[in-house]
Amino acid sequence: MLNINDLIKDFGKLRIINSVGFEVKDDEIVSLVGPNGAGKTTLVNLISGHILPTSGKIEFLGHDMTFASPYRRIKRGIARNFQITNLFGDSTVLDNLRICLFSTYGKIKNGIIPASHYRTITEEAIDILGIFGISDKKDLFPPGLSEGDKKILDTAMAFALKSKFLLLDEPTSGVATGDKFKVMDTIIAAIKKEKMACMIIEHDMDIVSDYSDRVLVLSEGEIIASGKPKEIMEQDNVKEILFGVKA
Amino acid sequence: MLRPKFFVYLGIFILLLFMPKLLPVYQLMLFESGITFAIMGLGFNLLLRYTGLLSFGHGALFATGAYAVGMMGKYFPDLYRIEILIPVALLASLVVSAIFGFICVRHTRIFFSILALALSMVLYALLVKFYDITGGSDGIHIDLPIMFGKSFEGMKRFEFLSGAYYYFLICMFAVCTIFMLAIVNSPFGKALQSIRDNEIRAEMIGIRVRRYRLYSFILSGLFTGMGGALWSFVNGHVTPESAEWIFSGEIVYMTLLGGFMVFEGPIVGAILFTYLKLYAVSITQYWMLIIGATLILLVLLLPEGIAGGFVKLFSRTKKVDDTGTAYVKYK
Repeated sequence: MLNINDLIKDFGKLRIINSVGFEVKDDEIVSLVGPNGAGKTTLVNLISGHILPTSGKIEFLGHDMTFASPYRRIKRGIARNFQITNLFGDSTVLDNLRICLFSTYGKIKNGIIPASHYRTITEEAIDILGIFGISDKKDLFPPGLSEGDKKILDTAMAFALKSKFLLLDEPTSGVATGDKFKVMDTIIAAIKKEKMACMIIEHDMDIVSDYSDRVLVLSEGEIIASGKPKEIMEQDNVKEILFGVKA
Repeated sequence: MLRPKFFVYLGIFILLLFMPKLLPVYQLMLFESGITFAIMGLGFNLLLRYTGLLSFGHGALFATGAYAVGMMGKYFPDLYRIEILIPVALLASLVVSAIFGFICVRHTRIFFSILALALSMVLYALLVKFYDITGGSDGIHIDLPIMFGKSFEGMKRFEFLSGAYYYFLICMFAVCTIFMLAIVNSPFGKALQSIRDNEIRAEMIGIRVRRYRLYSFILSGLFTGMGGALWSFVNGHVTPESAEWIFSGEIVYMTLLGGFMVFEGPIVGAILFTYLKLYAVSITQYWMLIIGATLILLVLLLPEGIAGGFVKLFSRTKKVDDTGTAYVKYK
Protein backbone atom coordinates (compact mmCIF):
# COMPACT_ATOMS: atom_id res chain seq x y z
CA MET A 1 0.00 0.00 0.00
CA LEU A 2 2.56 2.54 1.14
CA ASN A 3 6.10 2.38 -0.17
CA ILE A 4 8.79 4.66 1.14
CA ASN A 5 12.23 4.71 -0.40
CA ASP A 6 15.41 6.41 0.69
CA LEU A 7 13.53 9.32 2.25
CA ILE A 8 15.67 12.22 3.45
CA LYS A 9 14.65 15.39 5.25
CA ASP A 10 17.10 18.12 6.18
CA PHE A 11 16.30 21.12 8.32
CA GLY A 12 19.15 23.44 7.42
CA LYS A 13 22.29 21.38 8.02
CA LEU A 14 20.54 18.99 10.36
CA ARG A 15 19.48 15.67 8.86
CA ILE A 16 16.30 14.66 10.69
CA ILE A 17 15.27 11.75 8.49
CA ASN A 18 18.16 9.82 7.01
CA SER A 19 17.50 7.45 4.15
CA VAL A 20 14.36 5.88 5.56
CA GLY A 21 12.67 3.14 3.60
CA PHE A 22 9.83 0.80 4.52
CA GLU A 23 6.58 -0.62 3.31
CA VAL A 24 3.11 -0.90 4.79
CA LYS A 25 0.87 -3.66 3.44
CA ASP A 26 -2.91 -3.62 3.09
CA ASP A 27 -4.78 -3.95 6.42
CA GLU A 28 -1.50 -3.89 8.31
CA ILE A 29 -1.11 -2.09 11.62
CA VAL A 30 2.43 -0.86 12.04
CA SER A 31 3.84 0.80 15.12
CA LEU A 32 6.59 3.35 14.90
CA VAL A 33 8.63 3.63 18.08
CA GLY A 34 11.75 5.46 19.03
CA PRO A 35 13.16 7.87 21.62
CA ASN A 36 12.27 11.55 21.73
CA GLY A 37 13.74 13.45 18.81
CA ALA A 38 14.11 10.36 16.65
CA GLY A 39 12.05 11.96 13.89
CA LYS A 40 8.76 10.09 14.30
CA THR A 41 6.47 13.09 13.97
CA THR A 42 8.60 14.44 11.11
CA LEU A 43 8.02 11.17 9.31
CA VAL A 44 4.27 11.52 9.82
CA ASN A 45 4.46 15.10 8.55
CA LEU A 46 6.32 13.91 5.45
CA ILE A 47 3.84 11.15 4.68
CA SER A 48 0.81 13.41 5.23
CA GLY A 49 2.29 16.21 3.14
CA HIS A 50 2.46 18.72 5.94
CA ILE A 51 6.10 19.19 5.05
CA LEU A 52 8.00 18.12 1.93
CA PRO A 53 11.07 15.88 1.91
CA THR A 54 14.53 16.89 0.71
CA SER A 55 14.78 13.78 -1.44
CA GLY A 56 13.50 10.23 -1.71
CA LYS A 57 10.21 8.73 -2.76
CA ILE A 58 6.80 8.17 -1.19
CA GLU A 59 4.51 5.95 -3.18
CA PHE A 60 0.90 5.26 -2.21
CA LEU A 61 -1.18 2.66 -4.05
CA GLY A 62 1.12 3.04 -7.02
CA HIS A 63 0.89 6.84 -7.16
CA ASP A 64 3.93 9.01 -6.54
CA MET A 65 3.04 11.18 -3.56
CA THR A 66 6.48 12.52 -2.69
CA PHE A 67 5.66 16.16 -3.38
CA ALA A 68 1.87 15.95 -3.65
CA SER A 69 -0.32 18.47 -1.79
CA PRO A 70 -2.09 17.35 1.40
CA TYR A 71 -5.36 17.65 -0.51
CA ARG A 72 -4.28 15.11 -3.13
CA ARG A 73 -2.99 12.73 -0.49
CA ILE A 74 -6.26 12.92 1.43
CA LYS A 75 -8.25 12.25 -1.74
CA ARG A 76 -6.05 9.20 -2.41
CA GLY A 77 -6.66 8.02 1.14
CA ILE A 78 -4.00 9.19 3.58
CA ALA A 79 -5.35 10.75 6.78
CA ARG A 80 -3.69 11.75 10.02
CA ASN A 81 -4.36 12.99 13.50
CA PHE A 82 -2.15 15.36 15.46
CA GLN A 83 0.04 14.61 18.46
CA ILE A 84 -0.66 18.08 19.80
CA THR A 85 -4.39 18.32 19.29
CA ASN A 86 -5.43 20.48 16.41
CA LEU A 87 -9.14 21.20 16.57
CA PHE A 88 -11.59 23.88 15.46
CA GLY A 89 -11.99 25.66 18.77
CA ASP A 90 -14.93 27.87 17.80
CA SER A 91 -17.11 25.01 16.59
CA THR A 92 -18.89 22.37 18.65
CA VAL A 93 -17.55 18.83 18.87
CA LEU A 94 -20.30 17.76 16.48
CA ASP A 95 -19.40 20.49 13.99
CA ASN A 96 -15.73 19.55 14.20
CA LEU A 97 -16.68 16.11 13.00
CA ARG A 98 -19.29 17.28 10.51
CA ILE A 99 -16.86 19.51 8.65
CA CYS A 100 -14.60 16.46 8.19
CA LEU A 101 -17.51 14.49 6.78
CA PHE A 102 -18.52 17.38 4.50
CA SER A 103 -14.97 17.34 3.18
CA THR A 104 -14.98 13.54 2.82
CA TYR A 105 -18.18 13.56 0.80
CA GLY A 106 -17.14 16.57 -1.29
CA LYS A 107 -19.94 18.76 0.05
CA ILE A 108 -17.87 21.79 0.98
CA LYS A 109 -18.34 23.23 -2.50
CA ASN A 110 -21.99 23.72 -1.66
CA GLY A 111 -22.59 27.31 -0.67
CA ILE A 112 -26.39 27.47 -0.61
CA ILE A 113 -28.03 24.54 1.20
CA PRO A 114 -27.71 24.93 4.98
CA ALA A 115 -25.30 22.52 6.64
CA SER A 116 -28.07 21.46 9.03
CA HIS A 117 -30.06 19.99 6.13
CA TYR A 118 -27.59 17.16 5.68
CA ARG A 119 -29.32 14.87 8.17
CA THR A 120 -27.45 11.71 7.18
CA ILE A 121 -24.11 13.42 7.66
CA THR A 122 -25.17 14.69 11.09
CA GLU A 123 -26.32 11.18 12.02
CA GLU A 124 -23.08 9.69 10.78
CA ALA A 125 -21.10 12.27 12.77
CA ILE A 126 -23.03 11.30 15.90
CA ASP A 127 -22.40 7.63 15.10
CA ILE A 128 -18.67 8.21 14.84
CA LEU A 129 -18.69 10.16 18.10
CA GLY A 130 -20.57 7.18 19.54
CA ILE A 131 -17.92 4.74 18.30
CA PHE A 132 -15.31 6.81 20.09
CA GLY A 133 -17.49 7.17 23.18
CA ILE A 134 -17.83 10.96 23.23
CA SER A 135 -21.29 11.44 21.72
CA ASP A 136 -22.57 12.88 25.01
CA LYS A 137 -20.14 15.80 24.54
CA LYS A 138 -21.29 16.70 21.03
CA ASP A 139 -22.56 20.18 21.95
CA LEU A 140 -19.48 21.25 23.90
CA PHE A 141 -16.69 23.35 22.45
CA PRO A 142 -13.22 21.76 22.28
CA PRO A 143 -11.65 24.14 24.85
CA GLY A 144 -14.11 22.70 27.37
CA LEU A 145 -13.00 19.08 26.81
CA SER A 146 -10.47 17.17 28.88
CA GLU A 147 -7.08 16.53 27.25
CA GLY A 148 -8.03 12.90 26.75
CA ASP A 149 -11.30 13.75 25.04
CA LYS A 150 -9.59 16.31 22.82
CA LYS A 151 -7.20 13.57 21.74
CA ILE A 152 -10.06 11.19 21.03
CA LEU A 153 -11.90 13.84 19.04
CA ASP A 154 -8.74 14.55 17.05
CA THR A 155 -8.46 10.87 16.16
CA ALA A 156 -12.18 10.64 15.38
CA MET A 157 -11.78 13.54 12.92
CA ALA A 158 -8.97 11.74 11.11
CA PHE A 159 -11.08 8.58 11.13
CA ALA A 160 -14.04 10.47 9.62
CA LEU A 161 -12.01 11.14 6.47
CA LYS A 162 -12.58 7.46 5.58
CA SER A 163 -9.06 7.01 4.42
CA LYS A 164 -7.34 3.81 3.39
CA PHE A 165 -4.28 4.59 5.48
CA LEU A 166 -4.43 6.30 8.85
CA LEU A 167 -1.47 7.94 10.54
CA LEU A 168 -1.95 8.14 14.29
CA ASP A 169 0.59 10.24 16.12
CA GLU A 170 0.41 9.19 19.78
CA PRO A 171 -3.36 8.68 19.88
CA THR A 172 -3.34 7.92 23.60
CA SER A 173 -0.97 10.54 24.99
CA GLY A 174 -2.94 12.66 27.43
CA VAL A 175 -5.53 9.94 27.88
CA ALA A 176 -5.81 8.71 31.47
CA THR A 177 -3.68 5.57 31.96
CA GLY A 178 -6.68 3.44 32.91
CA ASP A 179 -8.50 4.45 29.72
CA LYS A 180 -5.63 3.92 27.29
CA PHE A 181 -6.46 0.34 26.41
CA LYS A 182 -10.14 1.12 26.14
CA VAL A 183 -9.38 3.94 23.70
CA MET A 184 -6.99 1.78 21.69
CA ASP A 185 -9.53 -1.06 21.58
CA THR A 186 -12.05 1.38 20.15
CA ILE A 187 -9.68 2.83 17.57
CA ILE A 188 -8.31 -0.54 16.44
CA ALA A 189 -11.76 -2.09 16.21
CA ALA A 190 -12.94 0.82 14.06
CA ILE A 191 -9.86 0.57 11.84
CA LYS A 192 -10.23 -3.19 11.40
CA LYS A 193 -13.91 -2.82 10.58
CA GLU A 194 -13.12 -0.31 7.82
CA LYS A 195 -10.17 -2.45 6.65
CA MET A 196 -7.78 0.45 6.95
CA ALA A 197 -4.03 0.17 7.18
CA CYS A 198 -2.57 2.18 10.00
CA MET A 199 0.69 3.50 11.36
CA ILE A 200 0.72 4.32 15.05
CA ILE A 201 3.35 6.27 16.89
CA GLU A 202 3.34 5.14 20.47
CA HIS A 203 5.52 5.27 23.55
CA ASP A 204 3.68 2.69 25.61
CA MET A 205 5.33 -0.68 24.80
CA ASP A 206 2.37 -2.65 26.13
CA ILE A 207 0.12 -0.94 23.61
CA VAL A 208 2.67 -1.47 20.86
CA SER A 209 2.96 -5.20 21.47
CA ASP A 210 -0.77 -5.71 21.96
CA TYR A 211 -2.06 -3.93 18.91
CA SER A 212 0.50 -3.93 16.13
CA ASP A 213 1.33 -6.47 13.48
CA ARG A 214 4.77 -5.06 13.02
CA VAL A 215 7.08 -2.59 14.74
CA LEU A 216 9.51 -0.13 13.17
CA VAL A 217 12.18 1.33 15.42
CA LEU A 218 13.39 4.78 14.49
CA SER A 219 16.49 6.25 16.03
CA GLU A 220 18.25 9.43 15.01
CA GLY A 221 16.39 9.49 11.72
CA GLU A 222 17.15 5.93 10.70
CA ILE A 223 15.17 2.74 10.91
CA ILE A 224 17.29 0.38 12.96
CA ALA A 225 14.91 -2.55 13.32
CA SER A 226 11.70 -3.91 11.90
CA GLY A 227 9.73 -7.01 12.76
CA LYS A 228 7.13 -8.69 14.98
CA PRO A 229 6.68 -6.89 18.32
CA LYS A 230 7.94 -9.79 20.46
CA GLU A 231 11.08 -10.36 18.36
CA ILE A 232 11.92 -6.67 18.20
CA MET A 233 11.75 -6.22 21.97
CA GLU A 234 14.37 -8.93 22.37
CA GLN A 235 16.96 -7.26 20.15
CA ASP A 236 19.86 -5.77 22.08
CA ASN A 237 20.17 -2.53 20.12
CA VAL A 238 16.43 -1.89 20.48
CA LYS A 239 16.57 -2.50 24.23
CA GLU A 240 19.44 -0.07 24.51
CA ILE A 241 17.71 2.69 22.55
CA LEU A 242 14.22 2.31 23.96
CA PHE A 243 14.88 1.28 27.53
CA GLY A 244 18.46 2.39 28.07
CA VAL A 245 19.44 -1.17 28.95
CA LYS A 246 23.07 -2.00 28.05
CA ALA A 247 23.44 -5.46 26.62
CA MET B 1 -39.15 24.81 10.23
CA LEU B 2 -39.68 28.56 10.58
CA ARG B 3 -37.76 30.00 13.48
CA PRO B 4 -38.70 33.14 15.45
CA LYS B 5 -35.79 34.88 13.77
CA PHE B 6 -37.50 34.47 10.42
CA PHE B 7 -40.49 36.48 11.65
CA VAL B 8 -38.22 39.18 13.01
CA TYR B 9 -36.58 39.45 9.58
CA LEU B 10 -39.96 39.49 7.89
CA GLY B 11 -41.17 42.21 10.26
CA ILE B 12 -38.11 44.32 9.54
CA PHE B 13 -38.59 43.85 5.80
CA ILE B 14 -42.22 44.98 6.00
CA LEU B 15 -41.16 47.96 8.11
CA LEU B 16 -38.56 48.82 5.48
CA LEU B 17 -41.29 48.91 2.82
CA PHE B 18 -43.01 51.72 4.75
CA MET B 19 -39.84 53.75 5.24
CA PRO B 20 -40.60 56.24 2.41
CA LYS B 21 -43.80 57.14 4.30
CA LEU B 22 -42.04 57.44 7.64
CA LEU B 23 -38.87 59.33 6.78
CA PRO B 24 -38.48 62.75 5.17
CA VAL B 25 -36.87 62.56 1.72
CA TYR B 26 -33.46 63.72 2.85
CA GLN B 27 -33.37 61.18 5.69
CA LEU B 28 -34.53 58.50 3.30
CA MET B 29 -31.65 59.20 0.92
CA LEU B 30 -29.24 58.84 3.81
CA PHE B 31 -30.92 55.63 4.79
CA GLU B 32 -30.55 54.30 1.24
CA SER B 33 -26.89 55.12 1.33
CA GLY B 34 -26.70 53.18 4.60
CA ILE B 35 -28.43 50.19 3.00
CA THR B 36 -25.88 50.07 0.18
CA PHE B 37 -23.09 50.18 2.77
CA ALA B 38 -24.87 47.39 4.61
CA ILE B 39 -24.71 45.17 1.51
CA MET B 40 -21.02 45.96 1.29
CA GLY B 41 -20.65 45.26 5.03
CA LEU B 42 -22.14 41.79 4.56
CA GLY B 43 -19.48 41.05 1.98
CA PHE B 44 -16.72 42.55 4.07
CA ASN B 45 -17.72 40.48 7.06
CA LEU B 46 -17.66 37.25 5.07
CA LEU B 47 -13.92 37.80 4.94
CA LEU B 48 -13.45 39.17 8.45
CA ARG B 49 -15.83 37.15 10.59
CA TYR B 50 -16.10 33.95 8.61
CA THR B 51 -12.70 33.61 6.96
CA GLY B 52 -10.57 35.49 9.46
CA LEU B 53 -9.09 37.98 6.98
CA LEU B 54 -9.14 41.73 7.65
CA SER B 55 -9.10 43.66 4.39
CA PHE B 56 -8.04 47.30 4.39
CA GLY B 57 -8.66 47.59 0.68
CA HIS B 58 -12.36 46.94 0.24
CA GLY B 59 -12.95 50.50 -0.86
CA ALA B 60 -11.40 49.55 -4.20
CA LEU B 61 -13.94 46.77 -4.72
CA PHE B 62 -16.74 49.16 -3.80
CA ALA B 63 -15.36 51.68 -6.30
CA THR B 64 -15.20 48.95 -8.95
CA GLY B 65 -18.95 48.42 -8.72
CA ALA B 66 -19.67 52.15 -8.72
CA TYR B 67 -17.28 52.91 -11.60
CA ALA B 68 -18.64 50.03 -13.64
CA VAL B 69 -21.99 51.85 -13.61
CA GLY B 70 -20.35 55.19 -14.36
CA MET B 71 -18.29 53.87 -17.26
CA MET B 72 -21.29 52.11 -18.76
CA GLY B 73 -23.14 55.43 -18.72
CA LYS B 74 -20.20 57.17 -20.30
CA TYR B 75 -19.34 54.66 -23.01
CA PHE B 76 -22.45 52.57 -23.58
CA PRO B 77 -25.38 54.92 -22.95
CA ASP B 78 -27.65 52.59 -24.96
CA LEU B 79 -27.18 49.86 -22.40
CA TYR B 80 -27.86 52.10 -19.43
CA ARG B 81 -30.53 49.86 -17.97
CA ILE B 82 -30.38 48.69 -14.40
CA GLU B 83 -30.91 45.04 -15.34
CA ILE B 84 -27.74 45.27 -17.46
CA LEU B 85 -25.79 47.60 -15.17
CA ILE B 86 -26.00 45.37 -12.09
CA PRO B 87 -24.63 42.24 -13.87
CA VAL B 88 -21.90 44.35 -15.50
CA ALA B 89 -20.94 45.78 -12.09
CA LEU B 90 -20.86 42.27 -10.65
CA LEU B 91 -18.71 41.07 -13.54
CA ALA B 92 -16.27 43.93 -13.02
CA SER B 93 -16.09 43.21 -9.28
CA LEU B 94 -15.56 39.54 -10.07
CA VAL B 95 -12.57 40.33 -12.26
CA VAL B 96 -11.01 42.87 -9.88
CA SER B 97 -11.59 40.79 -6.75
CA ALA B 98 -10.20 37.70 -8.49
CA ILE B 99 -7.00 39.64 -9.27
CA PHE B 100 -6.79 41.20 -5.80
CA GLY B 101 -7.68 37.92 -4.14
CA PHE B 102 -5.18 35.91 -6.14
CA ILE B 103 -2.40 38.13 -4.81
CA CYS B 104 -3.71 38.75 -1.28
CA VAL B 105 -4.67 35.26 -0.13
CA ARG B 106 -1.08 34.15 -0.36
CA HIS B 107 -0.74 35.81 3.02
CA THR B 108 -2.81 36.17 6.15
CA ARG B 109 -3.09 38.57 9.10
CA ILE B 110 -1.37 41.95 8.80
CA PHE B 111 0.36 40.97 5.55
CA PHE B 112 -2.99 40.29 3.95
CA SER B 113 -4.38 43.59 5.22
CA ILE B 114 -1.44 45.60 3.93
CA LEU B 115 -1.46 43.88 0.54
CA ALA B 116 -5.15 44.64 0.13
CA LEU B 117 -4.48 48.25 1.14
CA ALA B 118 -1.62 48.55 -1.34
CA LEU B 119 -3.63 47.09 -4.22
CA SER B 120 -6.57 49.36 -3.46
CA MET B 121 -4.25 52.37 -3.65
CA VAL B 122 -3.01 51.13 -7.03
CA LEU B 123 -6.60 51.20 -8.27
CA TYR B 124 -7.07 54.62 -6.68
CA ALA B 125 -4.01 55.94 -8.51
CA LEU B 126 -5.25 54.50 -11.81
CA LEU B 127 -8.65 56.12 -11.34
CA VAL B 128 -7.04 59.50 -10.65
CA LYS B 129 -4.37 59.36 -13.34
CA PHE B 130 -6.34 58.05 -16.30
CA TYR B 131 -8.23 61.29 -16.55
CA ASP B 132 -9.48 60.71 -20.10
CA ILE B 133 -11.09 57.41 -19.26
CA THR B 134 -12.18 57.77 -15.65
CA GLY B 135 -12.67 61.51 -15.33
CA GLY B 136 -9.78 61.70 -12.89
CA SER B 137 -10.46 63.28 -9.52
CA ASP B 138 -13.66 64.84 -10.87
CA GLY B 139 -15.13 61.38 -11.21
CA ILE B 140 -18.17 60.50 -13.29
CA HIS B 141 -21.72 61.73 -13.04
CA ILE B 142 -24.30 58.98 -12.67
CA ASP B 143 -27.54 59.50 -14.59
CA LEU B 144 -30.81 57.92 -13.57
CA PRO B 145 -30.97 54.48 -15.19
CA ILE B 146 -33.82 52.89 -17.11
CA MET B 147 -35.43 50.41 -14.73
CA PHE B 148 -37.10 47.40 -16.33
CA GLY B 149 -38.08 49.40 -19.40
CA LYS B 150 -39.25 52.46 -17.47
CA SER B 151 -37.34 55.66 -18.14
CA PHE B 152 -36.97 58.30 -15.44
CA GLU B 153 -35.73 61.06 -17.72
CA GLY B 154 -36.51 64.53 -16.44
CA MET B 155 -37.27 63.22 -12.96
CA LYS B 156 -35.44 64.71 -10.01
CA ARG B 157 -33.06 62.36 -8.25
CA PHE B 158 -34.84 62.58 -4.90
CA GLU B 159 -38.11 61.60 -6.55
CA PHE B 160 -36.42 58.63 -8.18
CA LEU B 161 -34.80 57.63 -4.91
CA SER B 162 -37.95 57.88 -2.80
CA GLY B 163 -39.97 56.03 -5.44
CA ALA B 164 -39.23 52.99 -7.54
CA TYR B 165 -35.54 52.85 -6.75
CA TYR B 166 -36.11 52.57 -3.02
CA TYR B 167 -38.15 49.40 -3.45
CA PHE B 168 -35.65 47.98 -5.89
CA LEU B 169 -32.87 48.68 -3.40
CA ILE B 170 -34.72 47.07 -0.52
CA CYS B 171 -35.39 43.97 -2.59
CA MET B 172 -31.73 43.72 -3.58
CA PHE B 173 -30.80 44.16 0.07
CA ALA B 174 -33.15 41.34 1.09
CA VAL B 175 -31.78 39.08 -1.64
CA CYS B 176 -28.19 39.82 -0.61
CA THR B 177 -28.95 39.19 3.07
CA ILE B 178 -30.67 35.88 2.37
CA PHE B 179 -27.88 34.87 0.02
CA MET B 180 -25.21 35.69 2.60
CA LEU B 181 -27.13 33.87 5.35
CA ALA B 182 -27.22 30.81 3.10
CA ILE B 183 -23.51 31.06 2.39
CA VAL B 184 -22.38 31.30 6.01
CA ASN B 185 -24.61 28.42 7.11
CA SER B 186 -23.73 26.11 4.22
CA PRO B 187 -20.99 23.48 4.26
CA PHE B 188 -18.92 25.97 2.24
CA GLY B 189 -19.37 28.56 4.98
CA LYS B 190 -18.42 25.99 7.60
CA ALA B 191 -15.29 25.19 5.59
CA LEU B 192 -14.34 28.89 5.63
CA GLN B 193 -14.87 29.02 9.39
CA SER B 194 -12.72 25.95 9.88
CA ILE B 195 -9.96 27.66 7.88
CA ARG B 196 -10.29 30.69 10.15
CA ASP B 197 -10.14 28.55 13.29
CA ASN B 198 -7.25 26.34 12.33
CA GLU B 199 -5.80 26.42 8.86
CA ILE B 200 -3.37 23.56 9.45
CA ARG B 201 -6.12 21.19 10.47
CA ALA B 202 -8.37 22.48 7.70
CA GLU B 203 -5.66 21.57 5.18
CA MET B 204 -5.32 18.15 6.78
CA ILE B 205 -9.01 17.32 6.47
CA GLY B 206 -8.87 17.99 2.75
CA ILE B 207 -9.87 21.65 2.41
CA ARG B 208 -7.78 23.55 -0.11
CA VAL B 209 -7.13 26.49 2.17
CA ARG B 210 -5.78 29.02 -0.29
CA ARG B 211 -8.39 28.25 -2.92
CA TYR B 212 -11.24 28.61 -0.44
CA ARG B 213 -9.81 31.87 0.81
CA LEU B 214 -9.83 33.06 -2.79
CA TYR B 215 -13.46 31.99 -3.23
CA SER B 216 -14.32 33.86 -0.06
CA PHE B 217 -12.50 36.96 -1.28
CA ILE B 218 -14.31 36.88 -4.61
CA LEU B 219 -17.73 36.41 -3.00
CA SER B 220 -16.91 39.24 -0.65
CA GLY B 221 -15.88 41.35 -3.62
CA LEU B 222 -19.15 40.61 -5.41
CA PHE B 223 -21.23 41.82 -2.47
CA THR B 224 -19.02 44.86 -2.10
CA GLY B 225 -19.24 45.67 -5.81
CA MET B 226 -23.00 45.23 -5.64
CA GLY B 227 -23.08 47.73 -2.77
CA GLY B 228 -20.96 50.12 -4.84
CA ALA B 229 -23.17 49.87 -7.91
CA LEU B 230 -26.36 50.46 -5.92
CA TRP B 231 -24.72 53.32 -4.03
CA SER B 232 -23.70 55.10 -7.24
CA PHE B 233 -27.36 55.79 -8.13
CA VAL B 234 -28.03 57.11 -4.64
CA ASN B 235 -25.03 59.38 -4.65
CA GLY B 236 -25.34 60.47 -8.28
CA HIS B 237 -21.61 60.81 -8.65
CA VAL B 238 -18.59 58.55 -8.27
CA THR B 239 -15.13 59.79 -7.43
CA PRO B 240 -11.83 57.98 -6.84
CA GLU B 241 -12.21 58.73 -3.12
CA SER B 242 -14.31 55.60 -2.75
CA ALA B 243 -11.21 53.59 -3.64
CA GLU B 244 -9.00 55.50 -1.23
CA TRP B 245 -7.75 54.00 2.01
CA ILE B 246 -9.83 56.39 4.10
CA PHE B 247 -13.02 54.85 2.82
CA SER B 248 -11.57 51.35 3.25
CA GLY B 249 -10.93 52.34 6.86
CA GLU B 250 -14.51 53.50 7.20
CA ILE B 251 -15.70 50.08 6.07
CA VAL B 252 -13.69 48.51 8.88
CA TYR B 253 -15.12 51.11 11.26
CA MET B 254 -18.72 50.40 10.26
CA THR B 255 -18.24 46.71 10.83
CA LEU B 256 -16.68 47.24 14.24
CA LEU B 257 -19.41 49.70 15.16
CA GLY B 258 -22.11 47.15 14.46
CA GLY B 259 -20.11 44.23 15.75
CA PHE B 260 -18.33 41.83 13.44
CA MET B 261 -19.02 38.76 15.56
CA VAL B 262 -22.73 38.93 14.75
CA PHE B 263 -24.11 38.28 11.28
CA GLU B 264 -26.34 41.37 11.40
CA GLY B 265 -23.58 43.52 12.92
CA PRO B 266 -22.27 45.12 9.71
CA ILE B 267 -25.82 46.01 8.64
CA VAL B 268 -26.51 47.84 11.89
CA GLY B 269 -23.05 49.40 11.79
CA ALA B 270 -23.34 50.62 8.20
CA ILE B 271 -26.67 52.38 8.75
CA LEU B 272 -25.61 53.92 12.06
CA PHE B 273 -22.32 55.06 10.60
CA THR B 274 -24.03 56.88 7.76
CA TYR B 275 -26.06 58.96 10.22
CA LEU B 276 -23.22 59.34 12.71
CA LYS B 277 -20.88 60.70 10.05
CA LEU B 278 -23.42 63.11 8.67
CA TYR B 279 -24.39 64.51 12.06
CA ALA B 280 -20.75 64.77 13.06
CA VAL B 281 -20.08 66.75 9.87
CA SER B 282 -23.06 69.02 10.48
CA ILE B 283 -22.06 69.79 14.07
CA THR B 284 -18.40 70.58 13.61
CA GLN B 285 -15.73 70.81 10.99
CA TYR B 286 -13.65 68.59 13.28
CA TRP B 287 -16.03 65.73 12.60
CA MET B 288 -13.20 63.25 12.32
CA LEU B 289 -12.51 63.93 15.97
CA ILE B 290 -16.00 62.72 16.83
CA ILE B 291 -15.65 59.63 14.65
CA GLY B 292 -12.25 58.89 16.18
CA ALA B 293 -13.47 59.40 19.73
CA THR B 294 -16.43 57.09 19.19
CA LEU B 295 -14.09 54.46 17.83
CA ILE B 296 -11.94 54.68 20.97
CA LEU B 297 -15.00 54.49 23.21
CA LEU B 298 -16.30 51.61 21.17
CA VAL B 299 -13.14 49.56 21.43
CA LEU B 300 -12.78 50.25 25.16
CA LEU B 301 -16.40 49.92 26.27
CA LEU B 302 -18.15 47.80 23.68
CA PRO B 303 -15.62 45.71 21.77
CA GLU B 304 -18.42 43.48 20.47
CA GLY B 305 -20.02 46.45 18.72
CA ILE B 306 -23.61 47.54 19.06
CA ALA B 307 -25.32 44.44 17.67
CA GLY B 308 -22.79 42.28 19.50
CA GLY B 309 -23.51 44.06 22.78
CA PHE B 310 -27.20 43.59 22.18
CA VAL B 311 -26.79 39.86 21.67
CA LYS B 312 -24.57 39.63 24.72
CA LEU B 313 -27.11 41.44 26.85
CA PHE B 314 -29.71 38.80 26.12
CA SER B 315 -27.53 35.72 26.25
CA ARG B 316 -25.23 36.63 29.13
CA THR B 317 -24.68 33.81 31.64
CA LYS B 318 -27.13 31.63 29.76
CA LYS B 319 -24.42 29.49 28.33
CA VAL B 320 -21.83 28.16 30.71
CA ASP B 321 -19.28 25.72 29.43
CA ASP B 322 -17.97 22.92 31.57
CA THR B 323 -14.87 24.79 32.62
CA GLY B 324 -17.29 27.05 34.45
CA THR B 325 -16.76 30.16 32.37
CA ALA B 326 -19.66 31.91 30.79
CA TYR B 327 -19.35 32.62 27.11
CA VAL B 328 -21.57 34.07 24.49
CA LYS B 329 -22.52 31.81 21.67
CA TYR B 330 -22.90 33.91 18.56
CA LYS B 331 -25.01 32.78 15.71
